[in-house]
Amino acid sequence: MALLGRILLPAVIAGILSGALLTGLQHIEVIPLIYQAETFENSAAAVHAHDHEAAGGLEAGAPESEPWAPDDGIERTAITLLANIVAAVGFALLLSVAFVLLSAKGRSVVWRGGLLWGLAGFGIFNLAPALGLPPELPGSEAAALDGRQGWWILTVVLTALGLGLIAFARPVYVRALGVIPLVIPHVIGAPAPEHHGGLAPQEMAERFVYASLATSAAFWLALGALTAFAHGRLARFRRGRTSPA
Amino acid sequence: MATAVHSTAKKLASPDTARGVRRLWPVFFAALLGLSIIYGVGLANSSALHNAAHDSRHSLAFPCH
Repeated sequence: MALLGRILLPAVIAGILSGALLTGLQHIEVIPLIYQAETFENSAAAVHAHDHEAAGGLEAGAPESEPWAPDDGIERTAITLLANIVAAVGFALLLSVAFVLLSAKGRSVVWRGGLLWGLAGFGIFNLAPALGLPPELPGSEAAALDGRQGWWILTVVLTALGLGLIAFARPVYVRALGVIPLVIPHVIGAPAPEHHGGLAPQEMAERFVYASLATSAAFWLALGALTAFAHGRLARFRRGRTSPA
Repeated sequence: MATAVHSTAKKLASPDTARGVRRLWPVFFAALLGLSIIYGVGLANSSALHNAAHDSRHSLAFPCH
């Protein structure tokens, strides 16, 4: 149980701080772009609803039973903050597991090493998937969700495997084999929509790709460094408590 | 290489092995918890979860919609 605490606590601390940072960074460019894209989406939906009404549909005026969604404003921001923190804790748990395994081998990770791990996380969860499925604004044309999620999971798993081989494989020449899983998803190719484009202008979609990647990169660097830092501080705290008086 | 195999064999034969395997459970559990959380926030196909995590999903470039 003590070991579980050693993994969970740094992940929760780093996740809360990095999730809050991510929420702040998102408000620079990412969130304004999403809201702006939704105005295009909503006006398209309004035209659609109007067509239904014109066609004399009885159900047009009746309220549809829509699933719960946060109200725009503080509720939506708060829910996004919560989702960011929960996601950050999830990612931090994986980093934390790696750091505990490394320290069991006598290799402690300090915050500078944590930056490298954060960079790897960004490569695995953001950059590699973005090569096939660029970050998208609401209302973009896209292939069926199942296929994209399948390709996303495949890319994440294989990129992690490839980077893991390159960083840790023994004997050293096996490390070159790590390139193979790295390229496989991109040789297969991500599921593509029949028509590219979307409701928002192309220029906005491009800005979103860079804004999303830059925000994610900063988030991952903070998450890696903070998780490693929390591990170091907590380890020192435990040593201080358990050392004989 | 031979030394590596030898030392691994020595580790496996040591009385610490049972303790080592027991110690791996929390590690395994934490990794599974992390993956489940990522799945829930980023990929789970529930409307309420999707709407709650919508902006996070778009921002972190999970496949969405």
